[in-house]
Amino acid sequence: MHAGATLLPLVLDGVGYAINGTPLVNELTVTLSAGSRTVILGPNGAGKSLTLRLCHGLLAPTSGTIRWAGAFAGDPMRRQAMVFQRPVMLRRSALANVAYGLKLAGMAKAERTERARAMLDRVGLLALADRPARSMSGGEQQRVALARAWALQPEVLFLDEPTASLDPAAARAVEAIIRAIHEAGTKIVMTTHNLAQARRLADEILFLDRGRLVEGSPADLFFRAPATPEAAAFLREESL
Amino acid sequence: MYDLSAAFGAALRMVAGFDPALMGIVALSVKVSLAAVAIATVLGLPLGAAVALGRFPGRRGMIVVLNALMGLPPVVVGLLVYLLLSRSGPLGPLGLLFTPPAMIIAQAILITPIVAALARQVVEDAWTEYQEQLRSLGAPPRRAVWTLLWDTRFSLVTVVLAGFGRAAAEVGAVIMVGGNIDGVTRVMTTAIALETSKGDLPLALGLGLILITLVLAANAAAYTIKEVAQRRLG
Repeated sequence: MHAGATLLPLVLDGVGYAINGTPLVNELTVTLSAGSRTVILGPNGAGKSLTLRLCHGLLAPTSGTIRWAGAFAGDPMRRQAMVFQRPVMLRRSALANVAYGLKLAGMAKAERTERARAMLDRVGLLALADRPARSMSGGEQQRVALARAWALQPEVLFLDEPTASLDPAAARAVEAIIRAIHEAGTKIVMTTHNLAQARRLADEILFLDRGRLVEGSPADLFFRAPATPEAAAFLREESL
Repeated sequence: MYDLSAAFGAALRMVAGFDPALMGIVALSVKVSLAAVAIATVLGLPLGAAVALGRFPGRRGMIVVLNALMGLPPVVVGLLVYLLLSRSGPLGPLGLLFTPPAMIIAQAILITPIVAALARQVVEDAWTEYQEQLRSLGAPPRRAVWTLLWDTRFSLVTVVLAGFGRAAAEVGAVIMVGGNIDGVTRVMTTAIALETSKGDLPLALGLGLILITLVLAANAAAYTIKEVAQRRLG
């Protein structure tokens, strides 16, 4: 999808984030490369969402550095997108919500309407294009949010617990869309505390506990033979 | 001693009969307050939004001042505008004192802080919700401000109408800079004050009824707009 210069890999070097001197993320050193689906796994309060926001640039680290190591020289925000746990729908139609992101990206009106319709079609919501986004169900809103992010054709898509407030059917629909976005060539970085979802979606696991990266390994290895007692304990508890 | 029910009956007859003197006063009131509210909206909404989103030194102080200015005494505003527009004042050569534009200026000064302070609250609440998403989508600050104003437009209608209610109901500022000149700068509130002191209770009562109805109607409209919008757009 992206010919030429890329943003990735994303290199985190000794990244820390503290609020009023309380460290919430510590000494995070990891490289996120193109291609794979990276799932940031861990219990509540592990620092998963903070890590995602640091990667996306919504927060600035209080120590260490985060940099896009690819050759792309423009505004990195233009090549990445994020979907939040609770979708933020603007008070306008589903179609206008998707087109809004494209407008910010500088796309002409006719083109962005066409692209927005195509994206709503891909997430199965074309029939509801003219519905006010806020009147839609939680699952539908999250799919609009995915369409809005996907429309930007990001090189990297960050997702923060995208199914945490959805019922199982809506969660499955969202997972299917995430798979489709990945297959279309976008790097996926998502957080979850849901082990079953991590098993279904992850190529690579970053296991966080109390603000530290405890274990980073390929998903099959992580689930088969976790290398650290913390990860082993998390897997045991979650599967009970 | 005036018979209250007789005065009331006479007042109703004047209103129902569209008494020309009465209607002229009402029309001027509405014109002046609408113009003031238009100015306050153009100045107050962006100002409120800027204070809501901006991170600049003195922001907290500015919020306190804006909130305090919501209770600005009309007579103080009247005095201030009087000094500005009086013959020896800095804007004296414009010859605006005791004209409707002077009243518009006074009312606009009175309600701009109200519109700005209430809008700041509305926009700041929306910003809390939208901030990460808008930044993620790469919205520059100016665009973010417009998106927030647009998305809170129905709440802001209520804000603007609160300003209108305040402008239409105040008497102290317009009487000082307008002078309550019959047929020129006499509005509902100044007329009520004058007619009551003269003892012409039917006219004062009739104007009072219209004033209350007007303010009620404005608020009913605001409420309906908000309700309908919320049902339709969430």
